This record gives sequence, structure tokens and C-alpha cells, in this order.
Amino acid sequence: MVDVALWSGLRPLVGGRDSVAVEGGTVGEILDALRRDYPALGPTLDAGVSVVVDGRVIATSLTEPVQPDSEVVLMMRLKGG
Amino acid sequence: MALDSSKTTGFKYVGTRPNRPDGLDKVTGRAKFGADAYAPGMLHAAIKRSPHAHARIIKIDTSKALAMEGVKAVVTRADFATGLEGEFGDILENVMAGEKALYDGHAVAAVAATSALIARDAIKAIEVDYEILPHVTDVDAAMQAGAPVIRAGAADASVPEGLHPNVVRYYESGHGDVEAGFAEADLVVEDHFVTEATHQGYIEPHACLGTLGSDGKGELWCCTQGHWYVQKVCAACLGLETSQLRVTASEIGGGFGGKTTVFIEPVALALSRKANRPVKLVMTRSEVFRASGPTSSTSMDVKIGMKKDGTITAAQGTFRLQGGAFPGAPCEMTAMCAFAPYDLKHVHQVGYDVMSNRPKQAAYRAPGSPMAAFAVESVIDELCGQLGLDPIDTRLKNASREGTRASFGPTWPRIGLVETLEAVKAHPHYVAPLKKGQGRGISCGFWFNHGGETAVSLALSEDGSAQVAVGTPDIGGSRASMALMAAEVLGIPYEDIRVTIADTATLGYNEISHGSRVTYASGLATIKAAEDAVQKLCGRAAAKWGIPEDAVYWEDGYAKPSGPNAGDFEPLHIDEITATMGATGGPICGHFEATPEGAGVSFAAHIVDAEVDPDTGKTSVVRYTVVQDAGKAIHPTYVEGQFQGGAAQGIGWALNEEYIYGADGRLQNAGFLDYRIPVASDLPMIDTVIVEVPNPGHPFGVRGVGETSICPPLAAIANAVSNAVGVRMRQLPMRPSRVLEALESAADG
Repeated sequence: MVDVALWSGLRPLVGGRDSVAVEGGTVGEILDALRRDYPALGPTLDAGVSVVVDGRVIATSLTEPVQPDSEVVLMMRLKGG
Repeated sequence: MALDSSKTTGFKYVGTRPNRPDGLDKVTGRAKFGADAYAPGMLHAAIKRSPHAHARIIKIDTSKALAMEGVKAVVTRADFATGLEGEFGDILENVMAGEKALYDGHAVAAVAATSALIARDAIKAIEVDYEILPHVTDVDAAMQAGAPVIRAGAADASVPEGLHPNVVRYYESGHGDVEAGFAEADLVVEDHFVTEATHQGYIEPHACLGTLGSDGKGELWCCTQGHWYVQKVCAACLGLETSQLRVTASEIGGGFGGKTTVFIEPVALALSRKANRPVKLVMTRSEVFRASGPTSSTSMDVKIGMKKDGTITAAQGTFRLQGGAFPGAPCEMTAMCAFAPYDLKHVHQVGYDVMSNRPKQAAYRAPGSPMAAFAVESVIDELCGQLGLDPIDTRLKNASREGTRASFGPTWPRIGLVETLEAVKAHPHYVAPLKKGQGRGISCGFWFNHGGETAVSLALSEDGSAQVAVGTPDIGGSRASMALMAAEVLGIPYEDIRVTIADTATLGYNEISHGSRVTYASGLATIKAAEDAVQKLCGRAAAKWGIPEDAVYWEDGYAKPSGPNAGDFEPLHIDEITATMGATGGPICGHFEATPEGAGVSFAAHIVDAEVDPDTGKTSVVRYTVVQDAGKAIHPTYVEGQFQGGAAQGIGWALNEEYIYGADGRLQNAGFLDYRIPVASDLPMIDTVIVEVPNPGHPFGVRGVGETSICPPLAAIANAVSNAVGVRMRQLPMRPSRVLEALESAADG
């Protein structure tokens, strides 16, 4: 299981928790697990998020590996200028 | 042998300052920009735009325009695809209005004619019946109960119940207990800040030449930061198969984020399809202001607590961003960047994306971050002033560094803020004496930077020179940077490498040139493509020598046996291998396609000296120093140029630039006479210091540099002006009348 930290705007959607634990070995698997286990997060995930894995901001790639002890933080999708 | 060029020192080409490869074309006028394309039988287009801020479109009568001699086609929304939703639906709605005109300047119809003059006359002949609706252009007013609803149902699931329908996205993050943190503080400062919408001010207006046949095959030449994105959007708006539309990016006369989206290209293509002739469409400057995307205006509240020793105990910010008539104002970026420079135990930030009857906002260099820095760094300056603290020491005391927790959640990897602040402290500017009437301001700034989908192809010629095809338009000298990185890996001179921006039919998908990603991502891809070619060069040498491929290594342009056991062979120069490549296995090319995800964040700190004329309120920036972490400066001159460009644009944003709307909701200053960007005489020499804390996610340590430089200026200049006049400046721009008002209000007590 991997702990995924959520920004506080999402916490009401998961019963007030600031993180949730899901199964997954890649960014894509974690996002799929979040959709499956916490359907209320679906619209936010579908709108686009970035996933920070051990300090690296993963904006696009679903295949990036995630270890069970990785620090995983969900973040709004980045867009630059 | 497996090749890995990763290094952060010992470069031969990287870090040098050769002339830019496109320099001669640019200074002689040979470079082809958006409006420089012509085609046989080409028509000229013009767009009919709404004069109303908010109106229902009752009827559009195009008959008189169509009857005019020389008019070949007219399009309205009915000539575009139907059923689009989300991002593409919003873009199409912005490109051509459907049921309602949502802002002054919103396109409602377009004409193609045999001359630009006839096209402009013809749009006057198009008759549009409007039902004028109430409008709102101010962000705070748009959130109030009773404000006109711009587009019902536009809000997403993030918006809490009870907010006005014009609030379309909501973001909230943080950690700790801010109230407990404020209770620990010796001083708490809370203030309200306002910034106006500003335009990116690129010198080249949007322009394109489109050809689209009834067979669904098309060609598009346009001025853009991302032609694969243009291809995708146009295909959706016109119901085309994406690959049947080939898009070529012209040279670009500035973008700064404003050319990361689409405004006119689908219109040119729709007209071309209808007229069966090529159609050229060039925006006027007035149209650029009225109907392309400025940055958001903001209304912000920031509260920070500090101990007497300078420790920040808690920070809280609320950021309301006006994004025009569509969702997308970067409220989450503003909120996430706001307190990023600081290691905070208690922090809380909230962002609101608010619609109004203004043009759809577009990205502008580090979208959302400069405004946040203005509010936050102003409050920190105020706290330092009231507590008698050194502003750099205070920032150093609280600085984010590797291992601390970012205000938006994750733990920081290796970052360079401390080194940046130490470089500021060591700079002579920081301790230089000020004259009477002058004030000094400093500010930090932060931006994330980005990777994104990237494809690069490198082909060697028989003479040993190289051609590199990249897919990211060169908006800041990137062809020079790519050539330097390829030269470093191949071991051949910079001048022997030609870098071309490929069209969409030539390479795999490339994300837009945005997010300061080009030198990072296309650079990484160029290095990897060059390594791929080197691998093949080594293979050809191995075959010639009859030794295993892994017994050959590459050094300074030569294939060499890796040691005595590999055999005693004379090194083979690249041109000796490429001269016979046709007969030894065929052309030698290198490729790389991936989505690099190791972009390194960057921090900057600026020092500004400002002088205010107390009689007129006019501010002059008399000295300016930019210090920024570049990771590794591939071409230092262009890095310095990015630093200076961000500062120059920030000076305009801070002192003069603003969208001014009348009570009728119409833009009052849609031209450079009334919307005043800085000119050379408004600017001091801008000194630069490049800090290099390598990004571990790039083979040479590159971090993006194009955006971070615009994050600190608003605050640094506001702090300088505030310290010069003794009044806290809370609203931008600090035009002379506003400075005089502040001085008068201070004098009145």
C-alpha cells in the first residue's frame, strides 16, 4: 500500500482524511486505485492532476514507478507559460 | 558500450556563448514570421467582433457581406464542429461565439476576400442583432450575490456549495494549524492586494495561413508556441482527422505563454474549406488586446505571523483570480507558489477561479506566481520593516531547502533557494548606498517548470555534420542551446550542427514550448538522440575493426578502442565513419521520444532600487539585479536574456500596464499608445547573476529559466516604491496617479 497525500480541498471527498492508502506500483496504478476506491475523487482526477513522487513532479507519465515507502502527493496539474 | 553523457562539470561547448544560429536571419529580415507566408490564390480574412461585453446573439445576417465583390466566404459558428466539450469546447466557444457574446471583442463571424481591405469592409456589412445582457468585469464583483452569471453550469466539482456560479474552480491546501501559528507570533500583518490584468505584449500579433480542402486534408502555417497542440485543437474544431492537418510553426515574435493556445487558426481553416482557397488571417494590435489572452487580474488577502527573531510562525493566503469568460485562471498555481520559498510549520492557501465578461485569460510566464509573490513578499517586507530585520537574513532563516516540506505538500528535493539568497547578500547592489527619494526592495520568486511529451531526431551527414529536428518552437534561443548540447555529446563544433523546428508531419508529438520546458526536455531529448547516434557510430567503428561494440568508446568526436585488450587501432573521426555510412549499414540517425519527468523547480531573488518623484508620482527604476538558479546555463547569454526579459516585463506590470474597462464593459486601451509597455528608456541596465545548483533530473543539470524571472519583480518593485515613499503599495500598477494618491492619503494621516 502507498500513502497518497491529498490537498485539503479534496479531504471532504474522502471523509476528512489528509491521505489515503491505495495499492499501486506506478503512477497510473495509483490513480486507477484512487478512482476505484474513492469514486468521489474521479472528477478531480479526470480534470487532470500531477503526482509528486519523492519530490519529483510527475505531470504526464503514468508509467513512473512508485515504491511502497515513496512519498506521494497529489497536486493540481501544472501548466506553464 | 552503454553511453551516458551525464555530467555537471568539464564541458567543452556547454556554457560557451556562440552567436545564435538564427541571428543573421533575424537581423536581416529574412526570418519568416506568421504574417510572412503567401500562397497562390490566397484570400485575406477579417473577423467580426462583438462590441458588447455580454449579449445574446439573436441573428447574424451575412447576405450583404456575401454580395460584395471580392468576398469569397463567410463563416459563423455553424461552420464548425458540434458537440465539443471541456477544453476544446471552451476554445471553440472563444474562437467563435455560439449563443452569446461573452466579452467585448468576442468573434461572431468572419470573412475571406480577395484583399484585406475588402475583408475589413465586408465585416462591417455583417448585421448582428444582439440582446444586451448585464455584465461584470471585476473579480470581486463577479463573486458577489446578484452578479450576472457568465455561463451557467461551468463550475467543476471542486467548488464548494454556496458560491456564485461564476466561481468555477476552487483550490485549497496547506498543513498545520495556522491559528496556533499566529498565536505564537510577535507580530501578525494582514493585508489586501490587487493586481490588474496585463497582456504578454508580444510584438508579433497572431497570424496564420491555412489551406483546407473538401477532402479533409490541410496545411497550416502559424505563429505559435506549440504546433502539435494547434493541430489537435484545429482538428477537433473542424472535425478533421488529426494527421491530415500538417502544421508548421513560423518564427515567433514573442509568446510568453500567450501563444500556448488557439485564437484564429480554426477560423482561417474554416474559411479556406468554404472558399477552397488558402486564407491568411492576421490579428490587428487592437484585436490582440481585445480577443487574445491577457493574464488574470487578482484580489488577494495575505496574513503572516513572525517572531522578533524573524521566524515565520504561520502564513495564510486567499487568492481570487479573474480568468475571463471561461474556466482556467491559474488559481491553484497562485496558491501553490505563494509560500513555496518558505519552510512553514503552519500554512494555508485558497484559490478561486472566477469568470467575468473579459477575454479568456492565457498563460503569461509562470502563470499566477508573480501576483502571489507580490502579496506575500510585500507582507514579509512589511514584517521585516516593523521588526527591524534584514530582509535577506529573514528569508534565509525561513528558506525552503532540501528535506523541508513545501507549502503545497511534498518534501523538497535538491533546490537552490539558499544559494540564490546568499548570492543576493554577497552582491554589491545589496549594500550600495541609496540617494534621497530612493527605496530598495527585494523579493523571492518560485516556479515549478515542466517536462512533457518530447521527440527529437538527429541525422548525420556524410561530412560528419549533424541536423537536429526538434518539435518545440524556438521562443528564447533554444536552437543555440540544442546545438551546444548536441555538440557536447557528439564532440563536433557547434557550427557543424543545424537545428530545425520540425513540422507536425515530421516528428512525434511535442508538447507546447511552455513551462520553461524546452532547454530541459528538448535538451534532454537532444542529448539522448545524440547518444543514440554515437552508439551507432561506435558500432560502425567496431565492425570496421572487428571487435565487440562494447569495446569502443566515444571521445571528442572520435571512436576509440576502449583499451589495450580491445586492440591497437587508430581512432576514427566522425567524418571518417559518416563518409562511408551508406556502404556500412546505411544512414546514421539518433532518436529519442519520451515524456521526461525530472524538471527541476527554480527560485529567484531580485534587488530593485526605485526613485519616486513626489510631485508627479512617477517611479523610475534606477538599479536592478536578478539572481536566479538556472541549474546549468547551457548558453549563459540567453539565460541572462531570460532573466532580463522577466525583469523588464515585471517592471511594466508593476508600474504601468493594465487592462482598463469602462462602465460599459468595453476595453478602453486596446493599443500600445494607451497600454504602456516599457521601452528601452524606461529601463535601467539589468544586472544578472546565474546560480547553478544542478537539477538531478537532467543529464547536464538544466532547470527551466524562462518563467521564474517574472515571479519576483512585482513585489521587489512594490517594496522598493513602498520603502521610497514610506507608504505600503497594495495595488498594481503603481502608476503615477496611484502613487500620488498613496502619498496624499499618508499625508492626511
